[in-house]
Amino acid sequence: MKPAPFAYVRPGSLADALSALAGDPGAKVLAGGQSLVPLLSMRLAAPSTLVDINGLPGLDAVTVTADGVRVGALARHADVLAHDEAARVQPLLRLALSHVAHATIRNRGTTVGSIVHADAAAEMPVVLTLLGGSVEVAGPSGTRTIPATDLYVGPLETCLAQDEIATTAFFPALAPGARVAFAEIARRHGDYALVGAAALVDGDSVRVGYVSVGDVPTVVDLTGVPLNEMAATALAQLDPADDIHATAAYRAQLVRVLTERVVTEARTDD
Amino acid sequence: MTEELLEVRLRVNGVAHDLRVPARRLLSDALRHDLGLTGTHVGCEHGVCGACTVLADGRPVRACLMFAVSAVGLELTTVEGLADVDGTLSNVQQAFAECHGLQCGFCTPGFLTTITAGLRDNPQPTHDEARDMIAGNLCRCTGYQNIVKAVERAAELGAGETS
Ligand SMILES: Cc1cc2nc3c(=O)[nH]c(=O)nc-3n(C[C@H](O)[C@H](O)[C@H](O)COP(=O)(O)OP(=O)(O)OC[C@H]3O[C@@H](n4cnc5c(N)ncnc54)[C@H](O)[C@@H]3O)c2cc1C
Ligand code: FES
Ligand code: FES
Repeated sequence: MKPAPFAYVRPGSLADALSALAGDPGAKVLAGGQSLVPLLSMRLAAPSTLVDINGLPGLDAVTVTADGVRVGALARHADVLAHDEAARVQPLLRLALSHVAHATIRNRGTTVGSIVHADAAAEMPVVLTLLGGSVEVAGPSGTRTIPATDLYVGPLETCLAQDEIATTAFFPALAPGARVAFAEIARRHGDYALVGAAALVDGDSVRVGYVSVGDVPTVVDLTGVPLNEMAATALAQLDPADDIHATAAYRAQLVRVLTERVVTEARTDD
Repeated sequence: MTEELLEVRLRVNGVAHDLRVPARRLLSDALRHDLGLTGTHVGCEHGVCGACTVLADGRPVRACLMFAVSAVGLELTTVEGLADVDGTLSNVQQAFAECHGLQCGFCTPGFLTTITAGLRDNPQPTHDEARDMIAGNLCRCTGYQNIVKAVERAAELGAGETS
C-alpha cells in the first residue's frame, strides 16, 4: 500500500499555490491528508502533483464575530472543536465535531478539507448545509463565495474547479432563540456514522440534516410536520442505501429514531 | 523514469536527520526504513489502527497519513523518545509494565505516544476520559481493560511526582 509517484510542491503563498495547481491539470491540493493519503496509498487516486498548502500563511485562523464563525483552510478539526467562542456563537460546530473521527485524526484533518472532500458520511458538510453556510474559494480569476446549497453536486464531488483552493468556510451564528441538536449512531465512537442527524429549530421552522443517507449532504424541511410524521416525511426525500456497514432498512430505522431524538432535544429548554 | 529525491530534514526525538526520499515516502516508512526507528509500527496504513501514532509538536498524529516531506519543521517524538536517555521508563511505559497493558506489543507504541500526550493535556482523567483517550487505537490482544488501568496508573504515578 504505497502511493504512486507524484511531484510535490509546498508553496509559501496563495498565488504560488494557485499557479502550481493551474500548471498541472493532474495536480491536487494536500491539506491535512486524513482523507487524501489513504486514497493515495490505496491507489484510488494518483495525482501527478501534490500542492501542499500547509505552508500558506494566515489560513489557520478561526475568527468569530456576532455573524458567525469563519474557519481557515488550515484550521484543524481539533482547533475548531476547542474554540470556546466558536462554540458559543454556533453550538452545532462543537456538537458535530466531537463525532468527527478520533482526536488523533482531528489533530491533523482540517474542517475545510472535510467540507470540500464532500463525503456524505461526514458531519461537517451537513452542518454547513443545514446552517446555510458558505465556502470562500480562490482561483486563477479571483475569489468567489459558494453557498453550501450549491457546493455539493454528487458523491465526493463539489463544484470547485481543479485549479481552485477553498480558503475559508463560514458558519452563520445561531439566531437568538434558535436551537440545535446533533446525534449519530456509529459502530464505535469516532467511526463514520451509520446515520447522523442535526436539527435546527427556529420558532416554527424545523430543519434536519442527515449524514450517511444519500449521495450528498441532505437537509429536509420539516416545518409544520407533526413529530410522529417527521421521519416518514424525511424518508420520502432521503435515499438510505445498503453497504457493508448497514442495510438500507436499518438506516431507515435509524432515521426514524434520530429524527425524533434531535428534534425533541432541540425543542427542549436546557 | 527515476524518481526525484528530495532533501528532507526531520527532527526526531531531539535529533536532526538529513535524508533523501521520494515525495511519496510516508512518514511511517521514513522513520522505520530510512532512520531505522522501528518502534513505530505499521498496521493498517490508512489511519484506522493507530499503531503508527507519533507526536508532532507534541500532538498525536498518524505517521502513515503524512509524507516525510510534509513533516519538515515539526518536532517529532516516537516511542523511542519516551524513556529517559538512561533507559528509565516514562510513567506511561512503567504503568504498562505494571498493569500488563500489552501482550504481543504490536499496538503498544501507538498507545504509549497517544497516552503520553493525553495525560499531558489531562493529567487526572476520569475513568470515562481514560477510555476516550485510547478510543482511536486498536489492540487485538488485551481487550483494553489493562490499557485503561495503565492510563489510570500512569496518572497516579504522575500525580505522585508533582505532589
Ligand atoms: C480513521 C479515520 C476516521 C475518520 N472518521 C471521520 C468521521 O467520522 N467523520 C468525518 O467527517 N471525517 C472522518 N475522517 C476524515 C477526516 O475528517 C478528514 O480530515 C477530512 O475528511 C479531510 O480533511 P483533510 O484536511 O485531511 O483533507 P485532505 O485529506 O488533505 O484532502 C481531502 C480532499 O480535499 C481536497 N482539499 C482539501 N483541502 C482543500 C482546500 N482548502 N481547497 C481545495 N481542495 C482541498 C484535497 O485535494 C482532497 O481531494 C476520518 C479519517 C480517518 C483517517
Ligand atoms: S498504520 Fe497508521 S493508523 Fe494504522
Ligand atoms: S498487545 Fe497485541 S495488539 Fe495490542
